[in-house]
Formats: sequence, C-alpha cells, structure tokens
Amino acid sequence: MTTTTERQLYDVVVIGAGGAGLRAAIEARLAGKRTAIISKSLFGKAHTVMAEGGAAAAMGNVNSRDNWMVHFRDTMRGGKFLNNFRMAELHAKEAPERIWELETYGALFDRTKDGKISQRNFGGHEYPRLAHVGDRTGLELIRTLQQKIVSLQQEDFAETGSYDSRIRVFQETTITELLLDGDRIAGAFGYYRDSGDFVVFEAPAVVLATGGVGRSYKVTSNSWEYTGDGHALALRSGATLINMEFLQFHPTGMVWPPSVKGILVTESVRGDGGVLRNSEGKRFMFDYVPDVFRKQYAETEEEADRWYTDPDNNRRPPELLPRDEVARAINSEVKAGRGSPAGGVFLDVSTRLPAEQIIKRLPSMHHQFKELADVDITKEPMEVGPTCHYVMGGVEVDPDSGAAFGSVQGLFAAGEVSGGMHGSNRLGGNSLSDLLVFGKRAGEHAAAYVETLAKRPTPSRVDLAAATEVALAPLVRGEGENPYRLQQDLQAVMGDLVGIIRREGELSDALKRLHELRVRVANVAVGGDRRYNPGWHLALDLRNMLIVSECTAKAALEREESRGGHTREDFPKMSAEWRRINLVCSLDEAGEVHLERKPVPTLRPELLDLFERSELAKYMTDEELGAE
Amino acid sequence: MKRHFRVWRGDSSGGDLEDFDVEVNDGEVVLDIIHRLQATEAPDLACRWNCKAGKCGSCSMEINGMPRLGCMTRMSTFTAAETITITPLRTFPVIRDLVTDVSFNYEKARETPAFAPPAGVAPGQYRMQQIDVERSQEFRKCIECYLCQNTCHVVRDHEENKEAFSGPRFFIRAAELDMHPLDDRTDRKQHAQQSQGLGFCNITKCCTEVCPEHIKITDNAIIPMKERVVDRRYDPLVRLGRKIFRRDQLESEGALPSQRTARVTAETPSGRRLPEAPAVGPDGRLDISELAAPSQGGLSPFGEDLTFPLPPEQVTYHHPEPDPTLPQSEPPATGGSNS
Ligand SMILES: Cc1cc2nc3c(=O)[nH]c(=O)nc-3n(C[C@H](O)[C@H](O)[C@H](O)COP(=O)(O)OP(=O)(O)OC[C@H]3O[C@@H](n4cnc5c(N)ncnc54)[C@H](O)[C@@H]3O)c2cc1C
Ligand code: SF4
Ligand code: SF4
Ligand code: FES
Repeated sequence: MTTTTERQLYDVVVIGAGGAGLRAAIEARLAGKRTAIISKSLFGKAHTVMAEGGAAAAMGNVNSRDNWMVHFRDTMRGGKFLNNFRMAELHAKEAPERIWELETYGALFDRTKDGKISQRNFGGHEYPRLAHVGDRTGLELIRTLQQKIVSLQQEDFAETGSYDSRIRVFQETTITELLLDGDRIAGAFGYYRDSGDFVVFEAPAVVLATGGVGRSYKVTSNSWEYTGDGHALALRSGATLINMEFLQFHPTGMVWPPSVKGILVTESVRGDGGVLRNSEGKRFMFDYVPDVFRKQYAETEEEADRWYTDPDNNRRPPELLPRDEVARAINSEVKAGRGSPAGGVFLDVSTRLPAEQIIKRLPSMHHQFKELADVDITKEPMEVGPTCHYVMGGVEVDPDSGAAFGSVQGLFAAGEVSGGMHGSNRLGGNSLSDLLVFGKRAGEHAAAYVETLAKRPTPSRVDLAAATEVALAPLVRGEGENPYRLQQDLQAVMGDLVGIIRREGELSDALKRLHELRVRVANVAVGGDRRYNPGWHLALDLRNMLIVSECTAKAALEREESRGGHTREDFPKMSAEWRRINLVCSLDEAGEVHLERKPVPTLRPELLDLFERSELAKYMTDEELGAE
Repeated sequence: MKRHFRVWRGDSSGGDLEDFDVEVNDGEVVLDIIHRLQATEAPDLACRWNCKAGKCGSCSMEINGMPRLGCMTRMSTFTAAETITITPLRTFPVIRDLVTDVSFNYEKARETPAFAPPAGVAPGQYRMQQIDVERSQEFRKCIECYLCQNTCHVVRDHEENKEAFSGPRFFIRAAELDMHPLDDRTDRKQHAQQSQGLGFCNITKCCTEVCPEHIKITDNAIIPMKERVVDRRYDPLVRLGRKIFRRDQLESEGALPSQRTARVTAETPSGRRLPEAPAVGPDGRLDISELAAPSQGGLSPFGEDLTFPLPPEQVTYHHPEPDPTLPQSEPPATGGSNS
C-alpha cells in the first residue's frame, strides 16, 4: 500500500468544527495566526447542529432579576458543587457577551416584545435564560459561526487572493494521533476520509474540540462522531481526564419506534408546559423532588400550572428538575412496572397547549415525531425514556486558558471534550454557552502560546511512521474481528454494566470485559480499500472508545457515592467527603489507565457568600463550613 | 420481513446497482437499512449521516429517483413488494457509493457576501421585532442537505452551468440577508441577479418540492429576489414606501392597496407548470415597486433584466435526455416536474 503523507503547516490546529472548535478558530485567526479547522464530517454538520433548546446566558431580557450570580448559583447547584468554580464563574459572566457577539455575525434569535433576544425556561435555571431560535438553536449557532468563518475567508481573499490563506477548513478529515516534540505539541496526524490518504498538520498548538463519547452506549442521542477521540488523543499525549464517571442521561429520548431509540425530545417540551405521566396517568414527578430542591419546586399540580403564567409568585413544576433527577425518576417508574408499552413514560403537551401553539413553539419536535414516529404531538402523548446524552468529564484544563493539565504543553481543550465546568451534572443550555465562552478562550490562549515559543517544535519521523502503521493495521491484517460486531459488544458492556444505575459487582465485571475487548480490538480487520471506507474508520475509532470507556468504568467504580450523572445503587447518598475529590485519569508508560484522587479547588469566599449557609450544609463537610 | 434493495456502488470511474435482500423491522427508515447492510454484508458501503433526525442534512440520497434524506424516509411509505433503489445525488461527482463531492456548494457559499453588521450598533444593542426576523428565520432553517441544488435542472446534468449558477440554497441565503432587518448592504438582489445567476431560474419549483425543511424557496425567496433591482435603489416612491411604512402600520392602517392577484399568461418554455404570480409580501413591497415597473401586471418571473425572445446562443436550458448509463427509476422521477 502506498503511504505518501501530505504536510500542512499551521500555527494553530483546531480539531473539531462544532461550536467550540469554530469559535476557537475564529479567535485564533483574529489573533493573526494561521489556523486550520479539522472535522470528521462535513463543515456545518458537527454535533452542535443537533442542539435544540437554547444557549444559557444571564442577559436578563425576560426577567431583569437575572444576572451572572444567579446563573453561577444554578450551575453550581446543577453540578452538585463539584464544578470547577472558576469555570462556572467565567461562564456565567461571559456568556451574554458571547451571545450578543453572535448577532454581529448575523444570528437571528427569537425576540422579546421590546426587540431583544428572547429567553426561555429550562430545567435547573431559576429564570428564563436560554436564548433560542424555535427548537433549532444549535443549527443557528453553528451556521452563524460557519458563516463568520466564511466572511473572514472573504476578507482574506480580498487581501491575498486566496480564501484559504489564513483559515482553512479540512472537512471529512480524521485525526488519529497527536505528535510531540518532547513534551510539546508538534502537530497532528490523520487521514482524509474520502481518499484515505494520510496528512500531517505541523503546528505548535492544538485545540481539541472533538465533543463527547456517547457512541459507546446502545441508547444514545449522539452520532457516530462521538467516539471520544479527543479524550483519547489527550490521554495518549500525556494530558489528564477528570471525572469521567459523570455521564448525563437525558431523561427524554424517543423510545419508539426502535430505529430512532435515543433521539432527543428537547427539554423545552417540558419548559413550555409538557408533563410526564406514568401508565396510570399520574404526574409522578411530584414524588421525586429531592430534599435539596424541595424549596424551589411546586408541591401541587395547581401551583405548578400557575407557574407557567406567573413564575414570580409560584414555584416551578417538578418536571423541570435537573436532568439526572428526571432520568432517575423515569427509570424508577419503568422498573416499578408503570411504564409505557415501549418501556418509557408518557410526555404530553397535547392536552396542555392548543395545537397551533405547539406547532409554533416546537416546530422541529412536531416535525420529528410526525416524520419519524408517525405521532402527532398535538393530539397524543410521546413515549420517552433516558438516553445517553452528554459527558461531564473530560480533559482537565486550566480554567482561564483551556490549556490541558498533565505533562503536555501546547494542547488546549474546549467544549464537551473538556471537563470540570459542569461538575457532576450539566444544566440544559449550559453547553452551547460553554462552547462559546471557552472556545474563545482556548483560541485566544493557543494563539498567545504560539507567540511565546522561540522555535517551532517538530514532530519526529519515528512517531509519524508509528502513526501510519497503526492506522493501516486493520486494512493490512486481512483476517480478524468485524468492527461493527466489536462496537455492539462494547455498547452492550457500557449500556448494561456502566449505565444509569451502577453497582460494584457490575463495574468490576465491566472492567474485565473491557480488557477482553481490548485484545479483540487489537485484532480488528476490515475489507475494502482506503477510499471512504466506513468499516476502516470505525475500526480506528474503536481504540479511542475503548480507552475512554475504561476511564469511565474505573472512575465509576472508585467513586462510592451518588451524585449528578453517577448513581451507585450500593451508595445511594451524596457524600460531602466525596464532593472534595476529583478523579483524574492518565495513561502510564505501558498504556494502562491510571486513576488518582485530587482535591476539588476551594471556592473563593465572595463566591461562597452567594449561597445561604443552610444550602451549603447540604453539600459540604462541617470542616469546610467551619473554616469560613 | 426481507425486502429487496438495489444500492448503487462504485466510484468516479463507474459503478453499478447491487442487489440486496435485507431484513426490515417495524418503524425503520431507509438509513437503518443502510446501517444494517454495513454491519452485515457490506461493511465498506459508503454513506454519510450524522444526526439520524433530519437535522444535519448529511444523508441526502436518491431513493427510487426522488432526492430525499435517508433518515427521514420511512420504510412504511413503500409497498411490501416494492424494490427500493438507492442512488447517490446525481448533480455532484461521486466519491464512493452514496457519497458525493458536494464542494460545489461550499464554493458558492464563499462567493455569497456575508452579513454586513450595521455600523455603530454595539453588540447587545441589536433590536429587532419578531415579525421582522421571521422571514429570514425561515431561510435559516436550511440544513444544507443540498437536495434543492441536486434537483434544480439548471445544474442537474448541466455541468456547464455550474460556474455561473449558485442554486436555490444560495438564493435563499441572499434573500435571508436581503430581508435581515439590520443587514447593512443594499445590493443583495442585484448580487443575486448579476453574480449568482438568478436569471437562469425559471421557477419550476422543484427545489421547494424536495426541501425537507419545507422552506418555500421559490415563493418566498426567489420570486421576491427577482423584483426589479433599480426600483429599490433609485425609485423614490419605493424608498419612501420602505421608509414610512412598517409592517404593523401597514396592517393596522391599510396604507397600501390590498393584495392583488397578478396574472401571468405566458407558459413557461420548459415545463408543464405555470409560473405563479409574484407573491405580494405582507408589507406590500411588490405592490409598490410594481407601480414603478415599466409594464403592467406581475413582474416577469425571469427577472426584469431579460427580454424575450432570447438570442438562441444564450439559451442555456436543454431538456434533459435520459442518460442511458444511469438506472431508470421505477416511478416517474420528481413527480410531474421537469427536472
Ligand atoms: C440531541 C442533542 C441536543 C442538545 N441540546 C442542547 C441544548 O439545547 N443546549 C445545550 O446547551 N446543549 C445541548 N446539547 C449538547 C451540545 O450540543 C453539545 O455538547 C455541544 O454541541 C458539543 O459541541 P462541541 O463543539 O464540543 O463539539 P461538536 O459540535 O460535537 O463537534 C465535534 C467536532 O469534532 C470533530 N471531531 C471529533 N473527533 C475528531 C477527530 N478524531 N478528528 C477530527 N475531527 C474530529 C467532529 O467532526 C466535530 O466537527 C445537545 C446535544 C444533543 C446530542
Ligand atoms: S425554481 Fe426550479 S429553476 Fe429555480 S432554482 Fe428552483 S429548481 Fe432551479
Ligand atoms: S433549502 Fe431545503 S433543500 Fe435546499 S439545502 Fe436547505 S434544507 Fe436542503
Ligand atoms: S442523518 Fe442528519 S439529516 Fe439524515
């Protein structure tokens, strides 16, 4: 097999063309750096396109009492105080600017009566806070950023005669390895999906913005892209992953028909009045309000219903509890035999809003159910159940710059691939704003890092040769395991043994099985050639899925408590001692996952003062509270 | 139950339909079948997809000759005995199997001038009414599946027109910016006519028909964009009209002549479908410009910049001839349209 490898020289290479990657690339280009954007799918199709509900930013357009402090409080509560407080603070403070900036790029959000950006309610947010465009906010976000990049390219064209002179998009290109010079990033190695040819990007700084890991699960809202590539690339280059046990299972995925199992039903269905009922017709969420939230949620259906029109004098309906609570409640109802025919519960707006309102407010949900399930949501309830949705854990980064921790330098991460910001559970809408806030910061700091270097690091030839060999192995091998089969087996292990509700025995079992899978994955083989060969692509992704799954299982076994996106049946309570601990994964020399405990950074006093002591007492140890 | 499928496999050097019998379950869509094929008989079958929910526009293909999204085509829409033929988009060069090279569209995107932010309005100070953003929002629903581009007869089977013609996707982009309440440029229409090849479009509406987002590409974007450019820029009456009347005023005060049904009598030279009268926008924009138009009745759907008959050497449209190398789709292609 011929293996010519193309060389590309850039200052900053951004891996990922979702919200985080595009925003980072814009910033790096504005800082004057030659920037490459790389993505596995076509430009404009990254996962961000699927986000529905909105982007959270305390602009106070709908309720003027909202401000960054309230947003910060909600974020910390949602993450059960395990969040990196500095990230939560920066996020709450900077999100409005980032959203307003999108308008200058041409975004058209829905408006309030006085012409400002409209904001909607969402689970866990105290005030209406999500900037939105119907239920296709992610599409608006990605298209806006995509078009901003095109406009920068047009400026470059006017000046230099080439659209690609300062910022170039390499679409349908997959990175399989980061290249180092000592401890410094020197570039990235990958292949063009269409031709199968190899390419090496030489660059002193790399921004990871590769999104999440959900493809390791059977029921997921995530696409084929979510194989944890960025997480694995970071690990292999010496960076660390934090709190990988926290996975968000979105409470409302479609459960019928089978082929669309996992596809998301946006939370705004509940924000706009949709309610959850079990097979007995009961609004069961009232039975599942945990103590920490008791004060903020309505106790009767009447109060809950009044909230939609008069939120200032009533408490919100329990359907709007954070996602982990709702997912667990649905899980319990189904287990107790009160589920719907397809094994979910009923989500109903049809009896709550007039048909034309539903179509106006939830157009793409209406469309999706009509086309995919042949269900008219204005007439009948939907059947929904939990689906693997988002990974809170990720690359451990410096909160201000997005620079990865660990031994590596020149590596930055932003968006879903980074960890810390959301603690043990992410609030809806906090991801899109996270992408913008930390995407910008990562781009800016990557550019600044390049400035500080006296000379460009260069990738070694040996590494290049090794990367090529690994990439070609499944094609060369001839005989071996089928990658689709392996993926199914991996999904079964993760879905059955490291799912929503976890137990010690099952987690140990999962680790054993993952080890067995590792041997099999090392022996994966595919037919066909290198041109657009999905079997080959999957075979290469499997390696990443496996290592990331191992981190998740290991951390899940270690953390003996239940918190946010991690529920241990054998340790059902949240523990104040465990709140002080981050679980950090790294790879040792032999390529084995190594887990260690690190302290969670302590909140600054002025941030701590934003909370009532009685609330903090639910999360923190006496020692921490006494120390004030 | 097993169903019969024919899937085109090959690359730029050629290819053929391959036969498969595949298990189909209740509630499945065509993309599920392709995934099943990949996981079983044809692991290297190339096909794009991402969201599986009609949101990303990756899985465009031709199913029984109809340009469609694979993830939004339910198997229950076919009869049990029907053979389902899946081919790649025909307008773009094949890379492999169902994957085509859609870079044409990205090039056209680059040639469409970007949003021009209004001078002197700080971020956070943008104020727009919902009713004014809604028209542009319709076009921003576009998921860039390029089914409309694939269907439009101006470029389908007419490689030579690709250079001068941006296609419906980018007409709606121009329209979106034209209707954006705060966009600073005033030459969007002119650009569409002079540089995007809007004049090639003869309003067959095939693009609207295939759009999975149900964007009214022709009625809401193309026809208004064909409005005479000069009127908007030089005609004092039009400028006055645009200045004075906001939509809410128009509605409450009935300040403009009520909607008029313009009639078009000539048959389009290329199809069975009659061109429709220009839609009169709720703000009455067409009405006003029509007052200043050189001729009575609806504005020409071909754009006021064309005079008929065209010199033959300028006529770029040919009736599509069946391509003997391509499979003939079972039911007649795009339901009664000419593309
Ligand atoms: C159905 C759904 C609905 C959601 N709704 C909301 C919502 O309403 N509000 C909200 O805040 N959040 C929402 N989220 C979450 C949010 O959309 C994601 O967390 C976010 O979009 C992630 O963005 P990102 O920029 O980190 O990565 P992505 O947008 O996923 O982009 C990842 C990019 O990395 C590229 N990539 C990955 N691996 C490689 C590799 N090896 N080589 C090269 N490129 C690679 C991919 O091709 C892609 O371009 C939703 C998520 C889903 C799935
Ligand atoms: S109306 Fe017909 S000719 Fe015009 S852009 Fe659409 S498909 Fe092409
Ligand atoms: S306008 Fe419609 S058909 Fe054309 S690319 Fe957009 S979504 Fe697809
Ligand atoms: S897979 Fe996204 S539109 Fe079909």
